[in-house]
Amino acid sequence: MKKLYSAVAFAAAFGLMTGCSSNKPVETVEEVVEPVAVEVVEDTVEEAVVIDTTFYFEFDSSSLTTAARAALMLHAEQLAASPRAVRLEGHGDERGSREYNMALGERRANAVRDFLVIQGVNAGSVETVSYGEERPAEMGSGEMVWSKNRRVELK
Amino acid sequence: MISRLFKVQLAILLMAIAAVNVQANLFIEINRGNDNPSPVAIVPFAGAQGLPEDIQSIITADLERSGFFKPIPTADMLSMPVNKAEVVFRDWRVLGANFLVIGQMIPEGDKYNVRYELYDVLAQKNILTAQVKGGRNGLRDIAHAVSDAVYEKVTGIRGIFSTKMLYVQDLRKPSAGRYRLMYADVDGARAQVLLASSEPILSPTWSADGKRIAYVSFETSRPAIYIMEMATGRKTQMTHFRGLNGAPSFSPDGTQLAMVLSKDGMPDIYVMTIANKRLRRITSDHYIDTEPNWNADGSGVIFTSNRGGSPQIYQINLSNGRPERLTFEGDYNARPRVSPDGKSLVVVHRQRGVYHIATQDIATGNMRILTETWLDESPSIAPNGAMLLYATQHNKKGVLGAVSMDAGVKFRLPAKEGDVREPAWAPYL
Repeated sequence: MKKLYSAVAFAAAFGLMTGCSSNKPVETVEEVVEPVAVEVVEDTVEEAVVIDTTFYFEFDSSSLTTAARAALMLHAEQLAASPRAVRLEGHGDERGSREYNMALGERRANAVRDFLVIQGVNAGSVETVSYGEERPAEMGSGEMVWSKNRRVELK
Repeated sequence: MISRLFKVQLAILLMAIAAVNVQANLFIEINRGNDNPSPVAIVPFAGAQGLPEDIQSIITADLERSGFFKPIPTADMLSMPVNKAEVVFRDWRVLGANFLVIGQMIPEGDKYNVRYELYDVLAQKNILTAQVKGGRNGLRDIAHAVSDAVYEKVTGIRGIFSTKMLYVQDLRKPSAGRYRLMYADVDGARAQVLLASSEPILSPTWSADGKRIAYVSFETSRPAIYIMEMATGRKTQMTHFRGLNGAPSFSPDGTQLAMVLSKDGMPDIYVMTIANKRLRRITSDHYIDTEPNWNADGSGVIFTSNRGGSPQIYQINLSNGRPERLTFEGDYNARPRVSPDGKSLVVVHRQRGVYHIATQDIATGNMRILTETWLDESPSIAPNGAMLLYATQHNKKGVLGAVSMDAGVKFRLPAKEGDVREPAWAPYL
């Protein structure tokens, strides 16, 4: 319910912004729209915190970051309130051999699962699948790309 | 039920084969040859003009790619002999040719009977006269057969020009056929789609007799190991366990499949008897054990494990279960493959953060890095043990590379479309 409300508010703000910019000269847009948009966006953040569903990892590591732990505690609360089946998809970056990366992806997904279970989530409702390096979030090479691919996605 | 499923799968395979996609073919870029290749003249074969395939250029490309030969350009040739009576050795000596290949294609009905001869120019003598027959759609096979015979006569090593490979192609855009399992000549020609899926396909591998392949597919939204019969295209799902189902490897006698499963907790090595799918657990520990590959006589399995703190290669004796560490150089050695003679390993080896293909002599432990690129993986050795295929990156795309086991010859097989990776060199059929 909360989510729906904030989505409407955000859409309204966004609609207002784009509506204005297409109809009025550029100078007026900056004066009129900016205060309104900022106000509504702040409101959105307070109303519904969108909990991260992607958790990132260091190279060759399956340790959860502080941000991931905080987000997962909120997920655990939500799951306690309204239980559902959860799928955790583990991924790695492109470096090294593919099947070894498949094992690293599973280790990450299992780390997230274990944390959720400690927080009281029913282990039977959590499925883990590793995709290794087969489904990168971003194509390409270099640490910027790799850091986005070493992840677990909660679905 | 079974027969209906089989028909559907067969239909899919036939459709795939019928739709041989010329654009799917790989093409070859040679980046380094041997230091001292032997000059060879391959004269255009009589009766080969106007055919759909250029026999001379296929043989030329084969022999050049081997690194042992340096073909002489046709434009430099002083004469074009097609039989022994027309061979003037002086014409070839002045060009510096060590060897001369001539031949003629004699039509016999809808087939060709190809007679060819190999000459040692310095000794001024014929060292090989042979015939090969084939149909109009087998012209590439004819050319590769000539290349194999010439290569073997000169080097004493069996040729690999007629062999096949599997590889995985990723078109990089979400679609029903994004991931493809491909089957092609080892020069990249005549590529066929064996399997296409919206979900990842990986770890293709051959049985020793070349009649079956095994691979991993996520088509059920989870990984599972499948075996496909090459003659019929019939697929059999071998595993569907919770967790990892990966890295299949046929035993040398073809009766068993080694694999990694994590159904009991951590990734461990298992051996399945193919006939009854009965499993035997080979490793049992709190570490990652994966990427099994059988040793040459089937008495043991070589695999990757991080039990020592970093991924290294181990061998486990299947009769007594005793593991032995094989690699000690560097902090990352993975995805081992054993050479056909059983004497050496090839692995993915990390050095200063860069991933190369390396070979190690099993008896002495001496390791040698074979590749200079930086994201190299998935080495697969040729059935003659003289060369290997691997996956690497070039111009931000996944490409196949090849390197001779002495690191003297290197070439790339890039795809026109998407990434290509995980080459699996077929055995001799």
